[in-house]
Amino acid sequence: MASDTTAAAGGTSPGNGRPDPSARTALRRRRARGIAGTALSLALTLLGLLLVTFIIGRVMPIDPVLKVVGDRATQAQYDAAYQAMGLDKPLAIQFLNYIGDVVTGDFGRSISTGQLVWDDIRRVFPATFELATLGTLIGVLAGVPLGVIAAARRGGIVDQVARVVALVGYSMPIFWLGLMGLLIFYGILGWVGGPGRQGIIYDGMVPSVTGMILVDSALARDWAAFRDAFSHIILPASLLGYYSLAYISRMTRSFMLEQLSAEYVTTARVKGLSERAVIWGHAFRNISIPLVTVIALSFGSLLEGSVLTEIIFSWPGLGQYITRSLLSGDMNAVLGGTVVVGVCFVVLNLFSDILYRVLDPRAK
Amino acid sequence: MTDAPLLSVRNLRVTFPTRQGLFQAVRGINFDLGRERLGVVGESGSGKSMTGRSVLGLIRPPGRVEADRMEFQGQSILNLPERRMRKIRGQRISMVMQDPKFSLNPVMTVGRQITEAYRLHRRVSRADAHAKALEMLRAVQIRDPERVMDSYPHEVSGGMGQRIMIAMMLAPDPEILIADEPTSALDVSVRNEVLSIMDNLVRDRGMGLIFISHDLNMVAQFCDRVLIMYAGRIVETLPARELHKARHPYTQGLLASLPRLDAPQDRLPVLTRQDSWRDGDPIAPHADTDLPGGLR
Repeated sequence: MASDTTAAAGGTSPGNGRPDPSARTALRRRRARGIAGTALSLALTLLGLLLVTFIIGRVMPIDPVLKVVGDRATQAQYDAAYQAMGLDKPLAIQFLNYIGDVVTGDFGRSISTGQLVWDDIRRVFPATFELATLGTLIGVLAGVPLGVIAAARRGGIVDQVARVVALVGYSMPIFWLGLMGLLIFYGILGWVGGPGRQGIIYDGMVPSVTGMILVDSALARDWAAFRDAFSHIILPASLLGYYSLAYISRMTRSFMLEQLSAEYVTTARVKGLSERAVIWGHAFRNISIPLVTVIALSFGSLLEGSVLTEIIFSWPGLGQYITRSLLSGDMNAVLGGTVVVGVCFVVLNLFSDILYRVLDPRAK
Repeated sequence: MTDAPLLSVRNLRVTFPTRQGLFQAVRGINFDLGRERLGVVGESGSGKSMTGRSVLGLIRPPGRVEADRMEFQGQSILNLPERRMRKIRGQRISMVMQDPKFSLNPVMTVGRQITEAYRLHRRVSRADAHAKALEMLRAVQIRDPERVMDSYPHEVSGGMGQRIMIAMMLAPDPEILIADEPTSALDVSVRNEVLSIMDNLVRDRGMGLIFISHDLNMVAQFCDRVLIMYAGRIVETLPARELHKARHPYTQGLLASLPRLDAPQDRLPVLTRQDSWRDGDPIAPHADTDLPGGLR
């Protein structure tokens, strides 16, 4: 602890006139070691992920060769394909080959779409990403304040409402809410666009840059297309947002209650700070640290692709892609999608880890 | 001591509703505080902390504070609206709490926490507040104030944390400081240092100090007057110098249960408690006082 203080002081205080060079290098070394450690654990996690997907690919009772050559192929054709796919080699070599393929973005060819899995994923993932991002945004922007207010006025009307909202969010099946949403807001009121990402006249009108139609149409300054895409995404995004709101607001509330009973909150009150300043200026800074993890996890679970939502809204996303591939025994596509989801989680974890260090001075 | 008390409390009661009925944390106590150091002693749950917190209006619902009178410099502060109470908190009456590990915000630099307290009550520039914070840190004998300003609470020791706390709470020049067990969480070796720093500052500024503690010896050394609390009531009021003349059996019991170097004992006596103490009349050194409830 003591060395921490001196190390930190070496860089930050010109006042005492002793920027200790050894302390500074020590700090830099510690930081470098921290980054190296993070990178190493990241690499190991990804390796573990690949190992799992590889094993799943081998133990599935689906003959990959048969899937490629078809069941009317001759034995010679079958053997040729078997060798071409490297299945005659030892498992360790197969695994190494698999890693090499994945690293270069080669997940093989999807049997059901006939295209490279990588190209498929590049098409479906942005759709899911766009939906998940907007959903999480809605969940955070509404859920965090709701949770904070519910905790600050515990037992009050906002707290009761928040409890009901969260309970409904937890217990209502999403497909039912989705169908009802479509029926009311699209079918009866006509406020939003129907299923799909775009109205049919806008289909293919915007050049695809990121694959996210909201971003692409904004980049192309095609505001009519933007409005159209927005009217299509807003209902499913609100629905997903509602579910993450239910979770995020409950977590925020309990984090906040815990912090509000802490002594430093009393200190802040003793200072004469207003309740708002106590909550947002003092307690909220402390809950923002664990909240980062909660939000990252909820975002991650949305990135997996919420299958039911995607199916109901005919959203051509990752969840739908993986599910459909799974049902047709298209293992390349399933494993490719799984790797992408896994990488998303790892990257999100890394992000929240970094944010943690930025937000919490104790974690440095 | 001046004529008009800084703080005057009559028949203060603090109650909390529980499932078993009303819990009375403080049951009708009276005291006056001048520009003096008033010790409040008692065991856990005797209501001493609740007394301090009720003065600052920190008892939150469903807890209730009632009193016949609770005046700060002639102005009633009993159940004042939050908005007006905030003008008193920190600026006129302040408090130092037990453990700096928990009472300082872990994710804010020390400097920000001190300047925040100061700027809340004085309309000064950031630079002036910074200068004031440095001055306060020097006043609590922190050697390297520039460095400490930029550090986080976890980077300083307990004794230093408590000195920071004192600096922060005294920066807006309050008239009363409530010190709620300010040294209980500290190492024995730094206790006296922290105490004497606080004592000097309080004396230099002519402040009133309410020193809440369970350490009878410490209170006897540092205070002018001592209130002994038991089960939410004041059982005895004494000048600190005359502690050994205590007449209440509870106070006598507390004193007897302290080990003494000059009279070693094999076993310390166990404190006995009697239900009659809960409601008996408090003992004051001058029983002819016209005020009820343990006043001078």
